[in-house]
Amino acid sequence: MQQQSNAYIVGFAAVVCLACSIVVSSSAVALRPRQNQNKELDRQKQVLTVAGLITADQTVDAPEVKRLFDENIVARLVELETGAYVDSESAAGYDQRKATKDPALSRPAGPNSAGLRRLPKKAVVYERVTDGAVEMLILPIEGKGLWSTLYGFIALAPDTTTIEGITFYEHGETPGLGGEIDNPSWKALWPGRRAFDDRGETAIEVIKGHAGPPAEDPYKVDGLSGATLTGRGVSHLVRFWLSEDGFGPFLAQVRAAEGGV
Amino acid sequence: MNQKQQRALLDPVFKNNPIATQVLGICSALAVTTKLETSVVMSIAVIAVVALSNFSVSLVRNLIPSSIRIIVQLTIIASLVIVTDQILQAFVYDISKQLSVFVGLIITNCIVMGRAEAFAMQNPPLDSLLDGIGNGLGYSVILIVVGFFRELVGSGKLFGHQVLPLITDGGWYQPNGLFVLSPGAFFLIGGLIWWLRTWKPELQED
Repeated sequence: MQQQSNAYIVGFAAVVCLACSIVVSSSAVALRPRQNQNKELDRQKQVLTVAGLITADQTVDAPEVKRLFDENIVARLVELETGAYVDSESAAGYDQRKATKDPALSRPAGPNSAGLRRLPKKAVVYERVTDGAVEMLILPIEGKGLWSTLYGFIALAPDTTTIEGITFYEHGETPGLGGEIDNPSWKALWPGRRAFDDRGETAIEVIKGHAGPPAEDPYKVDGLSGATLTGRGVSHLVRFWLSEDGFGPFLAQVRAAEGGV
Repeated sequence: MNQKQQRALLDPVFKNNPIATQVLGICSALAVTTKLETSVVMSIAVIAVVALSNFSVSLVRNLIPSSIRIIVQLTIIASLVIVTDQILQAFVYDISKQLSVFVGLIITNCIVMGRAEAFAMQNPPLDSLLDGIGNGLGYSVILIVVGFFRELVGSGKLFGHQVLPLITDGGWYQPNGLFVLSPGAFFLIGGLIWWLRTWKPELQED
């Protein structure tokens, strides 16, 4: 092959980069709306799964997901610091992930074990409602695992202590090890366990090895083999979001309202 | 189709299979084959990427300055992989979530880069396209065979449907957990390589 001039080489590289970037960015822009729709649908599906309305391996088409979601789930905004509902704003258009990055809508998180830098001022809380009565609270949770930030939901009974379910819809943990937090049989270990002990301190924890059945061993969940650090991350983030820095004030208000009735 | 093109397309499927004889692309073959469904989608993604990258590299093969040819090939491959990933996310979101990083890692799959450098740089676009499809198919055959056995033996399912009733659901089948883990795939691929070299003794090296 003949020797090319440096100008040709640089020019060729520039043309290749330009052509490739046009292909990549136009495909990204053209497919974005569909991808966002998929993500939204997936989030609704996750909420329905953790609420026990569908099972994880059930195939449900998009209109059915939307119908179940609209019929059973109410999404409301909650001010994290006070725990009060913000009903002046619709939760449907609120993007909590975006808000967490927006300096006007978030605040620095302070030192915490969940590895979070910023917290949104407002969070979306999903409530499973039947005939006007709240049956389950579904709270968004996030925090650092081993490699990545885990995003998920935890479902609590109206007593705010009994865990009804947990799910993670986005993470980048090692498939087969930490990635097993997606595994339905692991998630099935959570329901029935208790998030708070008798003194009201967050107590739930992912341990190394096996925990007993929920009735005997209510504060512990089996660890995943090969994923000690992911498990630790899950303990930290669940505890963080249920504590005073997370949904604590909101849960206190829910308890107060329950007790009042 | 002349004979050379036919060979470009069919040779890699058995005779010169990229996984079984060249032992390339093992990493992703272990990772995505726990289920048949992900194996099939991964296969299609790899066929598309190898075919198109071979085709595009071959189109510009006489223009590429030899001093930067590897990085140019990589740029083309990386762009194709990103586009593939975007398409999967838009149309088969659930599967793209299960494949997670492995679609992105097609970039580092030695088969893609190897075919671009070894074949597409010297041959015209149509031949290169066929060679890409052939190598993609060779990869797919192994992936799908391994995926079939891993899903069937490991969880008693095929394409997510329960084929062998599990003991836990009141059936008779005790799933073999080894096949769900990566070592199971190692044994299967090892077995396949053994079988292929017994069937075609000319593949054996001294």
